[in-house]
Amino acid sequence: MEANKSETAPFFIKDCALIAIATGKRAQNLRELREHLRDISPNSIYYHFWGGLLRPRFDDPEYHNDFAIWIAHGLHNKVLAERLAVIDPAKLEAPEDLRDELIETIEEYLDEAEYLTWSKRDDQFEFIRSQMVVFDTHISVREPEEFVQAVPRMAVGSIFYHFIDGRRRNENSLDDFQNWLLEFGNKYNDLRMNIDRIDPYFPPLKVLRDELSEVFNNYFKG
Amino acid sequence: MQDKSILEQYVEIAGADVVEHLRQLARRLKGLHVVHVNSTRVGGGVAEILHKMVPLMQELGIETSWEVIEGEAAFYQCTKNFHNAIQGNRVNIPETQLKIYEETNAQTAEILRESLQDADIVLVHDPQPAALINHFPDRKGKWVWRCHIDASRPFRPVWKYLRNYVSQYNASIFSLAGFAQRLPHPVYLIAPSIDPLHEKNVELDEREIREVYERFKIDPERPVILQVSRYDRFKDPVGVIQAYKLAKEFIPHLQLVLAGGGATDDPEGEIVLNDVRSAAEDDPDINILVLPGDAHRTINALQRAATIVLQKSIREGFGLTVTEAMWKNKPVIGGDTGGIRIQVTNYHTGFLVNTPEGAALRIRYLLHNQDKLLEMGLKAREFVRENFLITRHLREYLTLIYVLLHGEKDRIELD
Repeated sequence: MEANKSETAPFFIKDCALIAIATGKRAQNLRELREHLRDISPNSIYYHFWGGLLRPRFDDPEYHNDFAIWIAHGLHNKVLAERLAVIDPAKLEAPEDLRDELIETIEEYLDEAEYLTWSKRDDQFEFIRSQMVVFDTHISVREPEEFVQAVPRMAVGSIFYHFIDGRRRNENSLDDFQNWLLEFGNKYNDLRMNIDRIDPYFPPLKVLRDELSEVFNNYFKG
Repeated sequence: MQDKSILEQYVEIAGADVVEHLRQLARRLKGLHVVHVNSTRVGGGVAEILHKMVPLMQELGIETSWEVIEGEAAFYQCTKNFHNAIQGNRVNIPETQLKIYEETNAQTAEILRESLQDADIVLVHDPQPAALINHFPDRKGKWVWRCHIDASRPFRPVWKYLRNYVSQYNASIFSLAGFAQRLPHPVYLIAPSIDPLHEKNVELDEREIREVYERFKIDPERPVILQVSRYDRFKDPVGVIQAYKLAKEFIPHLQLVLAGGGATDDPEGEIVLNDVRSAAEDDPDINILVLPGDAHRTINALQRAATIVLQKSIREGFGLTVTEAMWKNKPVIGGDTGGIRIQVTNYHTGFLVNTPEGAALRIRYLLHNQDKLLEMGLKAREFVRENFLITRHLREYLTLIYVLLHGEKDRIELD
């Protein structure tokens, strides 16, 4: 059964801003990192995987999460950095899965390692978490076709909120776009599949916006 | 440009979307009373930023005011000692100075009582006014201590003293996680910023840039490397000269300009300046400039005149001179330390180096790869535009105000 226009609540476009908070937890070697990873808040792990999208960094960083970056540059351990860099948070459904995957990978390396390297004091891993403020832009979409116009105008904060953050807010782990399209029943399954093919982890938010825009454009104007 | 509001001026520089984001974020903060307190209206990075931050917040509809704590010479001597001690110098502060610090804060509290008592948000910058909080036990709003200093290795006895005051705040802000201290409240991280409309950073016409070539006898036809920083061992000006000499063996027409402040109350400065002069060995292609503290346009022109900018520090705070150079389309060869690390990325905005040899190698690389030099300069400017302009700084202050008003939740959804 397909919902019609009047039955489906509009998609309210929201925007967000993030602020970083020092947790005071620091690691100077792999063992310390592993110990903190055991009890650090899920928010902090999330920040170190996804927060890079909203803070100073280059569009094509060598490694895409802060743990891999620190292990490569602070501990000069390229082997483990590569192993951690391939962990894709978009493929792991629960935040705890991400924690487990990190700890498992580090422990596996520790089992092999002959000795521990230490970072310089000024090069420690700093565990950071964040708080997010979400606000309404007072723009809404009633029909999926309206995204053709709306997506290119969305702020990068809106892309982060709906396309990245939505995955941890929605029970089905889908982004807000796909989640909303589900309300129309099967009608937009092909569109949802095309959105699902966009890799959220590697591109910067502006590129993600372009990719989303292209998907909506091809589907409706194609 | 002059007839436009400040926000409109930033639309042209930072982008309409950035300013619209600020307007949306500020919409629910209209009418809120925010007070900034620092120790001077003139000179220094904090005053520079507040000169723009306060009117920007006002233009967004937030009732924002700026108060200043003033004291006698001994008060400033004491707070200078605080500053040095927070940065790690072993400074023993006499009891008499601490008493004057406390008295000055007590007197200022009475002068500012009306302004601070009922303010919704009070942002207290650096140690000078930190003790004000002691005199407002019934304060209405949230008080935040903003530390602009690298407090990663403070001299413990002095930090212990200041901590008694700082702990009473609802939150504190440090520029980088590595600069922060553990405190019994949330410690927010907000990087500093540059103001693109300040004299240091505004666009200059060619005539003004040519004028500095003539004034300092720099040959515009030959490459120029520049370091702008006070004469301080942590900035490694002697290492810059070594790098220049190593590079000059391969690029004989290379010129070096070192531009720093004059001898201040820092006796070390004069010693370092003498070391720099003797390391230069009267090389006519090395220009050692001692400029007054307000030579903003001259520095601006020098940065624009340079081919490459160096900031070869051994230890650095955030390194806003790096940001300023990057804003002027210059790749930066910087020391692998402090805030330089988050601004300079190898092959993108410049190079991080650890030795004069490393710096020399990167100078040669950039001068032999002009396309790369230009490309990295463009990238550097865009990186600053997106991350280190005052508009980003303001966005984070607005976000902070919301989280202070709404508590510790990870996600705050506004109506």
